[in-house]
Amino acid sequence: MNTFSFICIFLIVLSGAYIFGHRYALSSVKNSTELHSLPSYHGFYVAIWFAFPALIVLVFWYFIEPIIIKSILLESIRTTAFLGSTTPDLLLNDIKNLATNSFALKSASAVKLELVNRYLELKSLGIYLKIVILFSIGMLGIFIARKKLSPKMRARQSVERVFTLVLGVCSIIAILTTIGIVLSLLFESIRFFNKVSPAEFLFGLHWSPQTALRSDQIGASGAFGAVPIFAGTLLITLIAMIVAIPIGLLSAIYMAEYASPKFRNWIKPTLEILAGVPTVVYGFFAALTVAPVIRGFGESMGLSVASESALAAGLVMGVMIIPFISSLSDDIINAVPQSLRDGSYAMGATKSETIKKVVLPAALPGIAGSILLAVSRAIGETMIVVMAAGLAAKLTANPLEAVTTVTVQIVTLLVGDQEFDSPKTLAAFALGLVLFVVTLILNIVALIIVRKYREKYD
Amino acid sequence: MINPMPKSIDRGPNLSAERFVKRYRSEKYFKYLGLFAIGIALSMLIVLTSSIIFKGHSAFWQTHIAIDVQITSEDVASISNANFRGITRTSIRSEFPEVKSRRDKKQLYKLFSNGISFEIKEYFFKNKIQSGGIYRVWVKASADIDMLRKGFINRDLEETNRRISDKQLKWYDQLDQEGRIEKKFNVTFFTAADSREPEQAGILGALVGSILTLFITLILSFPIGVGAAIYLEEFAKKNYWSDLIEVNINNLAAVPSIVFGLLGLAVLLNWFGMPRSAPIAGGAVLALMTLPTIIISSRSALKAVPPSIREAALGMGASRLQTMLHHVVPLAMPGMLTGAIIGMAQALGETAPLLMMGMVAFIVDVPGNLTDAATVLPVQIFLWADAPERAFVERTSAAIMVLLLFLVTMNLVAILLRKHFERRW
Repeated sequence: MNTFSFICIFLIVLSGAYIFGHRYALSSVKNSTELHSLPSYHGFYVAIWFAFPALIVLVFWYFIEPIIIKSILLESIRTTAFLGSTTPDLLLNDIKNLATNSFALKSASAVKLELVNRYLELKSLGIYLKIVILFSIGMLGIFIARKKLSPKMRARQSVERVFTLVLGVCSIIAILTTIGIVLSLLFESIRFFNKVSPAEFLFGLHWSPQTALRSDQIGASGAFGAVPIFAGTLLITLIAMIVAIPIGLLSAIYMAEYASPKFRNWIKPTLEILAGVPTVVYGFFAALTVAPVIRGFGESMGLSVASESALAAGLVMGVMIIPFISSLSDDIINAVPQSLRDGSYAMGATKSETIKKVVLPAALPGIAGSILLAVSRAIGETMIVVMAAGLAAKLTANPLEAVTTVTVQIVTLLVGDQEFDSPKTLAAFALGLVLFVVTLILNIVALIIVRKYREKYD
Repeated sequence: MINPMPKSIDRGPNLSAERFVKRYRSEKYFKYLGLFAIGIALSMLIVLTSSIIFKGHSAFWQTHIAIDVQITSEDVASISNANFRGITRTSIRSEFPEVKSRRDKKQLYKLFSNGISFEIKEYFFKNKIQSGGIYRVWVKASADIDMLRKGFINRDLEETNRRISDKQLKWYDQLDQEGRIEKKFNVTFFTAADSREPEQAGILGALVGSILTLFITLILSFPIGVGAAIYLEEFAKKNYWSDLIEVNINNLAAVPSIVFGLLGLAVLLNWFGMPRSAPIAGGAVLALMTLPTIIISSRSALKAVPPSIREAALGMGASRLQTMLHHVVPLAMPGMLTGAIIGMAQALGETAPLLMMGMVAFIVDVPGNLTDAATVLPVQIFLWADAPERAFVERTSAAIMVLLLFLVTMNLVAILLRKHFERRW
């Protein structure tokens, strides 16, 4: 039985429970005004009594089933005394893999075949057992609900309490996500820092995470000094900001102060398209269109330009960032009270003088906030740099050379198959932690600044 | 002009004509500077899209070559057993009887895609051909010939510097003169999954993967997001706890997407043991990622419903939940849906977290269900962008065009929805 039909049956029984409650409520009274709650609440009441115990059992089963199957299989492994040189755990994994791979199964030994069959048997038995237990618990729930149903019962209050609870749980998922991010990053990073000291990671100047297979090879231990990566990230972010801040800010000023409302209504969403283009598209654009142009241009001037130069990635990232600055700054400039402008005009200042000497200073904190948000966006941007920036960690300030960034390293360290406890993969989580903390601080500071600013003029 | 101010008291404003001219000039410059900045940003958008279209439009056509297939009646009678590889090769050889040596034959076969024996088989199968004889079948040319036809290979280069040998060029010209080379609409691009051979690669696999992934994202993030928004907007007491959730959601919206990928890798794959590369795992990560967007937009949609609606419902004796579910939520629904579509568009274009979830595998099958290994459109673009063949460049651009088309459609739907249901209270 697959998941889909399981869900269907579950839903059918669920609606059956609802109808049962609904009918029961109506049939227990002559006239529906005698009921405390509407009949539909009685229906929901029964349905909830069915669904909740069943779902709890399901979750419980999800955790308990592998443990039971494992212990039974281990028992049979012990009785057949088939172990050879492998440990029971390895054998168990082997069997699980064989069970899903019919091709490899053909060449498996007879003893293993028997174990695989046993495993599959247990699995299907487990499924049937699960369904039986789940539905009998659910039926028990319906039975209890049926006992509790009566015309006087406050069904609406109970149902609404459960609904509100479910809504509350939904809002907690956002918190759980944050906690999940923090814990998973912290947990893996701590494992990493057990192998590599934090000081080396944060201040080391040499990064080469490729650990050698044999201990006598060069670079056997790998080097995890992340300074070149941080420097590369900063270089690309800097280039992006050099592009995005002037263009974004000037666009925002024009939109807020000069443009007619019609033009502004049209141009603002158009600029925001730049932020909506998927980053993989920018990456492709940077790698295949911008980088060759820069390279060709640089070489015609006699400069040596790496084919994956920081400049190409930074320029394109800057274009992507423009709307983050222009839209937010536009809102912020608009929020500057008109009285400040009027005061300045009354003193005889021209429009541009008013903007430069009055509006911008007044809007500065908000603009700073929008720039910080843009910086955090640039630091966390992945695809453009994965496709257009290099892999080699080099400590350089030359934008024509290839540099690497935090996000590039995370991707290259984690894509593909790898064991999960080598420093190489764990290093990605340490980098992720740094990325998370830095962007979090930038965001919080930016949000505080923007909020303070809004309060000032509201 | 007369300066009314005596020169000796140089305290007042400088009202000289030159200064006025200067001030007005800088006023004008400043205005044009702003216009210029907008112009740059817009031209970037135009350059971006036009370079994609310029590079990608040719991928929608594929060069085909007509070959005269000689087939015996026995082979026709039992199509499934016939050796179409052999049939194809003899047919090709008989067109060029002068080709004798093994190396030359190999080069000759390379004019064609290496899957043409299947194409020919399908031709006979589909047209239900009953008798033997000679049939003219249009088959796909190899990627190199395709590139030559589209003008991406320079014939004037030395032989060692181009991917097509002089002999192949001669054969190509011969076929071309006979009118047996034609560009036809590239159906394969829309009906096939990934392949190592550019001419056999298509986006269907990635497209289906994207749809499955987005389906998971939608069914997880929309109900949870709307539920959270209702709770936070209508039920939560304004206290420390609700402030915390609010700040937390705002921050979550700005966390780099790759961090969600790390979360998915550590928690969903390694801890919960979800299948790698599967739409269900990728969709779950994207759902967590789009959740803040949906919560924020749903909350503003709820906020836009005027309190009078709530008061009227409560006044008629509805409970708070009834007020919400029967009156406020239906009115806020268009706004919530708009937010959901925008969130989905975001998720559709997202690549980085899915790289972490192992959706970068090379997958030649169209995924059939939620636990199959799959890839998604942006990841397919990423993979093709890395491929060295020239023919993949145009396919990458074409895939980008398809992706952008989907995004534009989704955003247009969102805008129309907003326009259509926008209500001024």
